[in-house]
Amino acid sequence: MKLFPILGGIHPEYRKELTSEKAIVALPVPKTLYLPLQQHMGAPANTTVDAGDLVKKGQLLAKAQGAISAALHAPTSGRIAAITEMTAPHPSGLPVLTIMLDSDGKDEWAEPMPAIDDPFAASPAEIKARVAEAGIVGMGGATFPSAVKLGLGGQHKLEILLLNGAECEPYLTCDDRVMREFAAQVVDGARIMAHALGAPKVIIAVEDNKPQAVDSLKAEAAKTPNVEVVGVPVQYPMGAERHLTQAVTGRETPARKLTADVGVVVHNVATARAVHQAVRLGRPLVSRVVTVSGGAVAEPKNIEVPLGTRVSELLDFCGGISKEARRIISGGPMMGQPLPSLDVAVVKGTSGILALTQGETNEHASSPCIRCGSCVTYCPCGLVPVEMASYIRNDKLDLAAKIGVQDCVSCGSCSYICPSHIPLVHYFNYAKGKIAALDRERRKNEQTKALVEAHNARLERQAQAKREAAAKAKAAKEAAEAAAAAPQANQQAQPNSAGGANA
Amino acid sequence: MLLDVGSLAVMGVTLGAVLGTAAKLLAVPVNPIEEELQNLLPGSQCGQCGFVGCAQYAAALAKGDTPITLCAPGGKATIEALAKRLGVHADADAHEEVGPRVAFINEDLCIGCLRCIGECGSDAIVGAPKQLHTVIADACHACSKCFKICPTEAIEMRPIPQTIAAWHWQKPGEHSAH
Ligand code: SF4
Ligand code: SF4
Repeated sequence: MKLFPILGGIHPEYRKELTSEKAIVALPVPKTLYLPLQQHMGAPANTTVDAGDLVKKGQLLAKAQGAISAALHAPTSGRIAAITEMTAPHPSGLPVLTIMLDSDGKDEWAEPMPAIDDPFAASPAEIKARVAEAGIVGMGGATFPSAVKLGLGGQHKLEILLLNGAECEPYLTCDDRVMREFAAQVVDGARIMAHALGAPKVIIAVEDNKPQAVDSLKAEAAKTPNVEVVGVPVQYPMGAERHLTQAVTGRETPARKLTADVGVVVHNVATARAVHQAVRLGRPLVSRVVTVSGGAVAEPKNIEVPLGTRVSELLDFCGGISKEARRIISGGPMMGQPLPSLDVAVVKGTSGILALTQGETNEHASSPCIRCGSCVTYCPCGLVPVEMASYIRNDKLDLAAKIGVQDCVSCGSCSYICPSHIPLVHYFNYAKGKIAALDRERRKNEQTKALVEAHNARLERQAQAKREAAAKAKAAKEAAEAAAAAPQANQQAQPNSAGGANA
Repeated sequence: MLLDVGSLAVMGVTLGAVLGTAAKLLAVPVNPIEEELQNLLPGSQCGQCGFVGCAQYAAALAKGDTPITLCAPGGKATIEALAKRLGVHADADAHEEVGPRVAFINEDLCIGCLRCIGECGSDAIVGAPKQLHTVIADACHACSKCFKICPTEAIEMRPIPQTIAAWHWQKPGEHSAH
């Protein structure tokens, strides 16, 4: 298959060999699981259980609320110990409402949802409903509710479901292992999603550094028409939606548009596996494969982890972390987020937990820009990081926006390559968040203004109505008085005229 | 006769033109900047800035003898807009302490007197006489007028807790290590 070049991008040290040959092992169910109600983009889920309730594995704990949200299910059987606020697995460390589930040690499944035996005979709506019911979200880390994304077929004419197996972040091998060990499930899930989307073709894109994954997928794909497996060059950030679409199809997605606008929808390989399980087995999303790696981890592993497991327990399962651990990250080293504590839970979007040593982190004191232009050369989005950062440093967010800071995908290539170690991507993350916050505030102020104006207009109308009523009453009163006076006048007139006549 | 009419007409036109130009040239200027600034303020006349209303605050701002951080309901977006228009540096940090807030009516204390409804400039409170009143959080702009008028102190101005969705990274320090 002919591929297309993508702009910029870097070749970081991958270090995937730490875990790439480690087959997925299951984590014994921890004593207590901690399940945040917000593990996805959109509105938090709404609890359907109370403290003290006994639940079975796979039972619904919280349902989706609003258009963009995702349901949450029990990852094991046991008793709901509490529903309380706990630290979120998010760099903000803000509290999030969390369900605490004490395991009963039996790990007993609830009655599964009925399997859909022939998903290709089922309607797209039925598949979508099942994916929503199973609480599936984008498992590459974006955590966008998958059912909503499957709905794109309704509004766009789609040609290709592009399954993302690029896994371009260093260290992570969870997708690689899923593709190798569960190729049949991945291909089946992808075909089901393509059916739901109305996309006639599936292309599975895998970076060339995962030949075994390509082989197992190809063996599966050979059994069905219209599924193609392609190897793509090893180049970070190949796994970014727009870049993968560009590389595989040559179609460029315009700024602020979706890949769906060019006929392509991108889903992650682990999401495809979850869809397979939900549709064919009636099982909701209650666990995921996580890569635990990094130079500070005693025994790096790929682990199938029940959602809600604390990071500390996961690290213990890998022999603990050494004293050299400098940063603990959720996700990959390029785009992952530092964790506020080791007590936070593994959630649906946790692809990796990395404990990195000083030598593995890109931590250096920054020095002034030497105007080398490397960041401009390597930015895969064609942006000018050096200029954007200087605007942002001087609080000129509107100028930064004008030259496209909101199109930055936060890939971190510029920060990685910068010889002066300027925290470029940090500037952009700050600017994007701040611009969005100011926009929200501006919208709220506009709304307030409209409300105040409507309120004043109403008061004015009421006052006007009162004035009119008063005027009417006055007019009526005068008319009545006039009417009352008129006969008098007549009477008065008569003597007058009489007088006149007399005179 | 025709001459009279003609001369009067000419005089009328000339004088009219003179007066018109004079009016334009000698007009007492309604400071346009004032109007522009007023448009940037929420317009709820809450008086939290210490002035009688938004127009008066705008006038003071135009003169440049008052800080731009006084509008509590407008928040940081308003401060930035004012700073941009006036070409001064926004010291939004001084404002931060208050944070976004929303009125909340304590149901046990509300006697349904309707006073808060009358006071709210953005129609954010609903309720009927002698019935519980409640605040529509989305429409409340935290002007605190209801809070001040409630006879039973049933109204609190509560801080809006920060959410993960609204959170963002802080600006990197000048020499921060990344
Ligand atoms: S982080 Fe943003 S600006 Fe930097 S290279 Fe990536 S897309 Fe370009
Ligand atoms: S890579 Fe760093 S030093 Fe080079 S131009 Fe960009 S910001 Fe400046």
